Amino acid sequence: MAIDHHPPTINDPKRFFKDNVKQAVQIIKPSTGLLIAWIGLFVFILLWGSTPGKAQQPTPGGITDDQVNAIARQMYCPVCENTPLDVCPTQACAQWRELIREKLAAGWSEDQIKTYFVEQYGERVLATPPARGLNSLVYLVPPVAILAGVYVLYRALRSGKRPAQTAAPTPDKTETVPDEYMMRMEEELRKRN
Amino acid sequence: MIANFGYGSIIITFVSALYGIFAAVYGVRRKAPAWVDSGRNAMLLTWPLLTITALSIIFLLVTGHYEISYVASVTSNSMPLFLRITALWGGQAGSLVFWSWLMSAFASAVTLRKWDRDREFLPWVIVVALVTLAFFLILVLFVENPFDRLWLTAGGDVRTALFQPAGTTLYTPADGQGLNPLLRHPGMIIHPPMLYLGFVSFVIPYAFAMAALITGRTDDRWIRITRRWTLVAWLFLSLGLLLGGRWAYDVLGWGGYWGWDPVEIAAFMPWLTGTAFLHSVMIQEKRGLFKQWNMVLVILTYDLVIFGTFLTRSGVLSSVHAFAQSAIGPLFFTFIGLTFVISLSLLMNRWNELKGEGAMTSVFSREALFLLNNFLFIGILVVCFWGVIFPLVSEALGIVGQKIPALAGVFTGQKVTVGPPYYKRATGPLFAGLLFLMGIAPLSAWRHSTFKTLGRAAWKPTIASLIVPVAVFAGGVHSWPALLGFWLAAFVTFVTLYEFWRAAYARHRQHGESLPEALWRLAGRNRRRYGGYIIHLGVVLMAIGIIGMEMFQTQTQATLTQGEQLSLGRYSITYDSLSNFDYPDGRNVSRAVVSVFRDGKYLGQLYPRRDFYYESQQNMTIPGVRSSWEDDLYVLLVDWQPISSQSATFKIYHNPLVNWLWLGGFVFILGTLVAAWPDKDPQPATEKASRLAAQARA
Repeated sequence: MAIDHHPPTINDPKRFFKDNVKQAVQIIKPSTGLLIAWIGLFVFILLWGSTPGKAQQPTPGGITDDQVNAIARQMYCPVCENTPLDVCPTQACAQWRELIREKLAAGWSEDQIKTYFVEQYGERVLATPPARGLNSLVYLVPPVAILAGVYVLYRALRSGKRPAQTAAPTPDKTETVPDEYMMRMEEELRKRN
Repeated sequence: MIANFGYGSIIITFVSALYGIFAAVYGVRRKAPAWVDSGRNAMLLTWPLLTITALSIIFLLVTGHYEISYVASVTSNSMPLFLRITALWGGQAGSLVFWSWLMSAFASAVTLRKWDRDREFLPWVIVVALVTLAFFLILVLFVENPFDRLWLTAGGDVRTALFQPAGTTLYTPADGQGLNPLLRHPGMIIHPPMLYLGFVSFVIPYAFAMAALITGRTDDRWIRITRRWTLVAWLFLSLGLLLGGRWAYDVLGWGGYWGWDPVEIAAFMPWLTGTAFLHSVMIQEKRGLFKQWNMVLVILTYDLVIFGTFLTRSGVLSSVHAFAQSAIGPLFFTFIGLTFVISLSLLMNRWNELKGEGAMTSVFSREALFLLNNFLFIGILVVCFWGVIFPLVSEALGIVGQKIPALAGVFTGQKVTVGPPYYKRATGPLFAGLLFLMGIAPLSAWRHSTFKTLGRAAWKPTIASLIVPVAVFAGGVHSWPALLGFWLAAFVTFVTLYEFWRAAYARHRQHGESLPEALWRLAGRNRRRYGGYIIHLGVVLMAIGIIGMEMFQTQTQATLTQGEQLSLGRYSITYDSLSNFDYPDGRNVSRAVVSVFRDGKYLGQLYPRRDFYYESQQNMTIPGVRSSWEDDLYVLLVDWQPISSQSATFKIYHNPLVNWLWLGGFVFILGTLVAAWPDKDPQPATEKASRLAAQARA
């Protein structure tokens, strides 16, 4: 397959050109046929590189789909509820991904791009809200609730043990009742006598 | 005509439900069994009546009566017959009818089966079931009427009403909008009924619990009666969740099985409390503890079921405004609020009668571990519930901020998304904790386990199971959460299989049975226990799949010209061709052919495609998947040059171990069937007696 001979990236066209010419010059002696093949291949690569979108090949800005998706995966567009941007099939989301690609090509960092989208469309574009202000509640409530649960659990396990300890005096109580009764009876009898 | 017939039938159902409630309550208060019987008859009448309604809707759907608003919104000329029938639950109005129909069927089955045995409970079971049913019928009658017709006004507007508004003529569109393409998948056709069956059958244990609270029969009777109902409800709910996951994997085209979408979570929440309930009732049966807690769990499950139905059926959670626009939102919340408050007040009323019969004696006893299990399930519930409602809370507080300027700085009210990262981070450790408990709990004993006895039972499987993470580590996996996950999976498997072995071996020695026979008889004698263990094994298999997906899934995307290759790990695909054609059911299919290679070796072709539905103008991305026990190669067609199709964009996912998830699902369901399988002889009454005897001895 011709494709396997292609260099994986063309990040620096000048150097790429030089390397290929060097190679071509080295090969020129054994066979002019090979030289023609190399030139043909070279022209093909150049043409091929100029058409948009190639396997693992960078687009004009040198940005791969994977780089775009790495950011898009962490975002949601406001229209497509609950579908992450990297897999959303709508046209609008495709345009957003294109925007990410342009920003990446312009040298923006991941954080800058996210901030840009937040400024444009609000915090809902992020997969999780930033832990600021009221939004910190989203991260605070579950741990607090779970800690409260731990406390309840602790109480439940302890109180479970306690009745076992307090259970012991109960029989005494039942014995004291007749005692009181007897004493009152005797008292009454004494009065009568 | 048929529409009026169906509508009339709902009205009669509603009236007979109201009458049934009245007759049952009156009969109990006046101690007049004839009235109770009459209430029961009213309850039994609802099912045939709702069957008429459902059949009317199906008739209208199948015959294409597009003047009916519901028919026009969920069917179209190009839809095949079976999809037209299943469109009954394809939209909100129809699915509310379907829900009511199932509810009525289950409630009727209960009153038919146990009528003579539980005469004191049944009037109240009828009341609870009929109140729930009546609520759904109110929604159908007054808010989401499946029989509403379309009317054309003189001004050319289309209005929706059951009967002809003044100055309008009946409007019959030539074609309907068709069912949402996402719902045209076989998985989606069975998934909603399974989920609904699960939802509906959880009403039965709740109804018995309420009956127990009202009548004051606060012993274990209600739990014994509803044990199998609960298992059946749980079975359907689990099946519904699994099918939903499989459907998402096959159809949604995001490479996963679970997206922490509010609708998914809505179905998951009653499952969480239901699972906690299934475990904690065992403590009540064996030890007489946690009676109050079981009531709380069953009440929570019921209200989460209603909440779940509400969430899955209406998009109201997307925004406070959507909530306010539809009458359904406030009605649902009122109903949930009322039932919750009433149930809790009934519980408070009997609080002291529901005190535990004994006491927890050891932190390492099985009951304590079950308590911990409940704690973890509720922890996951809290995380889920909070994640689902937080966007709404934040938006609502924003409105407060707008009204009160002083608070505007704090309550900014920006709508937010609470997505998968939140849920994964928060629930991951809790799930791991549950796995650990699954391993350790079978080794503990009721009452008297100590750290020492538990340690003695646990050290062997602990050591033995360490082989697995060591082997995985040697295999090149160095992520510690994954190693921990694999160790837990191995630990549970070892313990569970050991439990089977120990018991089967004992039978083998005692009764001289062969080992397979001993195993068979063992499971037959204590179905709930060994069914439960099979379920645990299913969960372990699922956990392996989930670990594979969550921790080792990789992906890449690129645009390929024909003949070009894209690699991901050991796999590569070559783009061969793309064809585009119309399909008679109203879609345009763009289907790519890609060749798959692994380590350079040709494995075959895959056909990822994109279906475009003309009626709804919606796209569906159907992946091409190559499955093996090791992994799935999951190829999506993202984009292509429409005319020349010389180049196309593909996204490939490598999903390691994902098929263990589906296998685990099968084992899980099998285990539930074993546990729920009817016994030959009626429930032995000896269990409680033996427990009381044990307490008397203690």
